[in-house]
Amino acid sequence: MEFNFITVAFIVFSLITLGGAIGVVTCINLFRGTIWLMVSLFGVAGLMVLLSAEFLAAVQVLVYIGAIAILFTFAVMLTRSITSDKMRFTRVWVNVISAGILFVLFALGVIYPVWVANAATHFPVTDAGLATTTDLGVALVSGSQFVLPFEVAGLLLTAAMIGAIVIARDADDEGN
Amino acid sequence: MDCPGLCEALANGGVNLGLAQFISLFIGVVLVSGVPLVTVIFLIWIERKVAARIQDRIGPNRVGPFGLLQTFADLIKLLIKEDITPTAADRLLYNAAPLVSFASVVLIWAIVPFTPYHYGVDLEIGALYFVAVASLGTLAIMTAGWASNNKYALLGAFRVVALLVSYEIPLVFALMVPVMLAGTMSMVDIIYAQSSMWFVFMSPLAMILFFISSQAETGRAPFDLIEAESELVAGFNIEYSGMKFGMFFAAEFLHVFTNGILLTILFFGGWLFPLWNEPLIAFAWLGLKASVLYFISLWIRNTVPRMRIDQVMWFNWFRLVPISILNLLAVAFLVKVMQELGLAPRDLAQATLGEVLPMTIILFLSNVAIAIGLLGQVRSVGRESRLATETAQTATAVGD
Amino acid sequence: MVPLWVFLMVSAALFCIGVFGVLARRNGVAVLMSVELMLNAALMNIVAFWRYNNPTEVNGLAFAAFVFVVAAAEAAVGLAIIISVYRNRHSIIPEEADTLKG
Repeated sequence: MEFNFITVAFIVFSLITLGGAIGVVTCINLFRGTIWLMVSLFGVAGLMVLLSAEFLAAVQVLVYIGAIAILFTFAVMLTRSITSDKMRFTRVWVNVISAGILFVLFALGVIYPVWVANAATHFPVTDAGLATTTDLGVALVSGSQFVLPFEVAGLLLTAAMIGAIVIARDADDEGN
Repeated sequence: MDCPGLCEALANGGVNLGLAQFISLFIGVVLVSGVPLVTVIFLIWIERKVAARIQDRIGPNRVGPFGLLQTFADLIKLLIKEDITPTAADRLLYNAAPLVSFASVVLIWAIVPFTPYHYGVDLEIGALYFVAVASLGTLAIMTAGWASNNKYALLGAFRVVALLVSYEIPLVFALMVPVMLAGTMSMVDIIYAQSSMWFVFMSPLAMILFFISSQAETGRAPFDLIEAESELVAGFNIEYSGMKFGMFFAAEFLHVFTNGILLTILFFGGWLFPLWNEPLIAFAWLGLKASVLYFISLWIRNTVPRMRIDQVMWFNWFRLVPISILNLLAVAFLVKVMQELGLAPRDLAQATLGEVLPMTIILFLSNVAIAIGLLGQVRSVGRESRLATETAQTATAVGD
Repeated sequence: MVPLWVFLMVSAALFCIGVFGVLARRNGVAVLMSVELMLNAALMNIVAFWRYNNPTEVNGLAFAAFVFVVAAAEAAVGLAIIISVYRNRHSIIPEEADTLKG
């Protein structure tokens, strides 16, 4: 891993992502937790830019910070008294250890093929012929590729929206 | 990663390639974000002068020629004012919110093409970037309202967020019209696609929708519920003082002009006008068009009364959103049909005026048809409510 | 360019932090936030594998785009459920919503 501009950016964005994530799971004040979540997801957006998926990075910022963050802040405020929850955790050490073991397993799974298995699993990284946003747009609506999942996704979003409104609506409202 | 201009010179001078790239990018970022920072100082002066003239006053005229240096005096005043943080506030978020608010506006300038050759970056996804970055402002206001730990601030923030989230929908639908016509989200390519016909002639309705919803996004009258002084004291920024208040203030002023620039790029052909190949002239055209739109925005702000919150919401959900969806569908359908019939060119950037004209006329007429339908509906609703009021009045009169 | 395994390690760490949050936090909203973290770790893996293994095909990008749809739907419905539970039980600790328990 040579030391250059991209490496520095990668390290910075990784730290933002993981730092924000730790903030989310340890915060006492849930409004701050929401902000930490945004910091973390912003870091993920930065990593996506490094992976040359600018479109997904912009969608990430738009969907998470523009929509889901606002949704979370409203949820935090509508369910009052939880912004300073003293009982943060249950069985904290058991969970830390189990999450740690999971991470070790993941790390083994990631590193084992790199060092032990042969080089056939390693693909050369090229910039040539990189799929662009235009390709993605065409693929999402072309009959031979993703048009059906695309329509299903639209249906899912509509169903989720109606479902969310029905669930969150106050039962007393119906009489009025 | 390529390395032109200054970066190449540095690399040839013996600087490490990665460092040279970093330095040249850093200087570019500083320059591009410096433009809005300098602009806002004069925007505040212009805004105050225009507002004063509309209200039959003179406006700032003491500090410097024509009061030009008034903003600097205000700036110094803001900087030396006591910087108060409420005891019950969440210090970190309270201090971060003004920065995020201002940054969300300055970040938009990264994709503004000042001239055909000078721009921060020509993103393939420019329009989407604009929407994504602008949504940061909503979060900043929510954070400011909550972190102040003041009920008026929180109420103001709730209102603002409701307003901003709602008006983002017609804004994005209107933004999609030029994107669809140009077939690209890159700001530079959108301008080039207008080389034979500005998009404002193809879809004036989209331009008006974008103008209204961006006026609401900045929180200007008639949508200035953000700081409805008479109802909410000052809204979400009630607890802020000194330069932190100044940053919210500057962000709002800058946002109005930024919207003027975006409207220019999306609908009025950016720097396209005679002699635009010359960088300075192109820059002047862009600035001139944006200034005219900025002036119209100020004009509306200073002459229209404030709407109530329920009226604002009703106006958005029952007027702007349906019209913007209808307009988008009409444009998409008509453009596709005309392309299949051979009436519309597939690449607008290369098309001549004669090729674009039939398409422009048809799209313009479709917009006029939508507008006539809307006005008819408004008329019938108005008549009904007037009749209802008159009947009620007659009934009372008879009862007396 | 940064090798693939480094990206995978970062997303594995993000996922494990999310797992810890889901298991350990008592608050329903915090649990939902941790689920978002896990979803994002998976998303990052998808994008990283697309970039390093199959960058000329659009499949990876399209898959990631659908993950966003799922995430948005999940957040909306999840928060609606939490608000509904809070309204009925005045608590958003998932363990206390146990009326259906035998």
